[in-house]
Amino acid sequence: MYRMREWSVRHASALSRIYAWLESLLVRLDPLWRAIGHERLEKPFAAVERTVKGFLFDCQMCGDCVLSSTGMSCPMNCPKHLRNGPCGGVRENGNCEVIPAMKCVWVAAYEGSQNIPGGVQAMRVIQFAVDRRLSGTSSWLRVVRDKTGAGA
Amino acid sequence: MKFDDEPVPGHPLPILPGHVSPGRFERLLRAGGFAVTTELAPPDSADPDEVYRRARVFDGYVDAINATDGSGANCHMSSIGVCALLTRVGYAPIMQISCRDRNRIAIQGDILGAAAMGVCNLLCLTGDGVQAGDHPQAQPVFDLDSVSLLDIAHTLRDEHRFQSGRKITFAPRMFLGAAENPCAPPLDWRPLRLAKKIAAGAQFIQTQYCFDIARLRQFMTRIEQLGLIDQVFLLVGVGPLRSAKAAEWMRAHVPGLYIPDSVLERLDGAEDQAREGRNLCVDLIQEIRTIRGVHGVHVMAFRQEEAVAEVIDRSQVLAGRVPWYPARDAAPQTLGAGS
Repeated sequence: MYRMREWSVRHASALSRIYAWLESLLVRLDPLWRAIGHERLEKPFAAVERTVKGFLFDCQMCGDCVLSSTGMSCPMNCPKHLRNGPCGGVRENGNCEVIPAMKCVWVAAYEGSQNIPGGVQAMRVIQFAVDRRLSGTSSWLRVVRDKTGAGA
Repeated sequence: MKFDDEPVPGHPLPILPGHVSPGRFERLLRAGGFAVTTELAPPDSADPDEVYRRARVFDGYVDAINATDGSGANCHMSSIGVCALLTRVGYAPIMQISCRDRNRIAIQGDILGAAAMGVCNLLCLTGDGVQAGDHPQAQPVFDLDSVSLLDIAHTLRDEHRFQSGRKITFAPRMFLGAAENPCAPPLDWRPLRLAKKIAAGAQFIQTQYCFDIARLRQFMTRIEQLGLIDQVFLLVGVGPLRSAKAAEWMRAHVPGLYIPDSVLERLDGAEDQAREGRNLCVDLIQEIRTIRGVHGVHVMAFRQEEAVAEVIDRSQVLAGRVPWYPARDAAPQTLGAGS
């Protein structure tokens, strides 16, 4: 929902704090996830993630979530799926060249990132080409694996 | 300008220390020259002569020719096809690659193929949305964006491997470029985006049209503050406007194009608007060339390509230099000895 998306960018700071808390909780609970099995948890995790992030961010479930580095504005809502900043076609009013009624997700990202400590710096990090195999999978579980070194 | 060690005019040059490509365009920029590039509108045709005819219009006035890749999301002869034709006779094309129509498998293959045919310059673009062009019913690809494309091109060249990690035996020796738009929002973020492109491998930048010198100056000041001014060769986009009406149309329809009202008023008040458009272009070039960190101009003159020679001639940015073109050294009597 577009209005919810706008709300999320305005509340980027609170949302990034909540996410940081959630992430540390999920990482701490990893022994439990491992006992159950990451593979078995993949579907329920992805379903929860799709619901929550879909509601808040119009999440596209790319599986390689970078919301914390994009001011809580999901770059996959860009019609060109740009993950490294706005294209050169942004309109004078800050709206998208392809969807004129929509604010450029990167104009929103820049606004949101200014509300997050270190947010603008995070936007400067290069996002490499997405692994499309991750599409539809849970980013949260992947982050847990990355942080605990539990392997894929 | 003719380089001493140029074996056969138009053929690849030896790669000097600190250079990455055997091309004249990189040579010129690294030697401190003020470069002029332009854009060749690819034909809606399979006739090679149309490409050569369109290239010849620029003979003696440009250092490199951009071969556009479905610009504006319209279907034309491919950039790799145009580049193949141009390199056959020695022109120095800048091959544009857009992420709109091909995925990483196709793009990496094209980079190798282009390098094998003697293409020395690559401009990595995201590309316009399909909605902007003549095939809005097409599937947009956008597997990569301009920054991840730069990263992949630079990995191919410097690490001799595909994105998958698989090794290649002979790397594409290409000078890598990207685009930027100093005049589009978010203005504060544009210099940081440029920094990102440089970090991903961009060595030269060609900008969108800059009709607002104040915005360009602001951009360049920030580039300098970020310490990027010596890390990249920046060519500013300019071009003659045909009339106030044409400018107004472009402002409304060309994504990201910013034309201030003062420009429209200047054209509107002129008796010969096309002439005034070229005057304005000359004035802009002369002002732009004095800005620190600017290494050249990229002249875009869609459907008035013959105006490129005039604005370059009148702005005197070549300072008497005649950029190489296939017939230059064969016909010294008409253009003076190539020096």
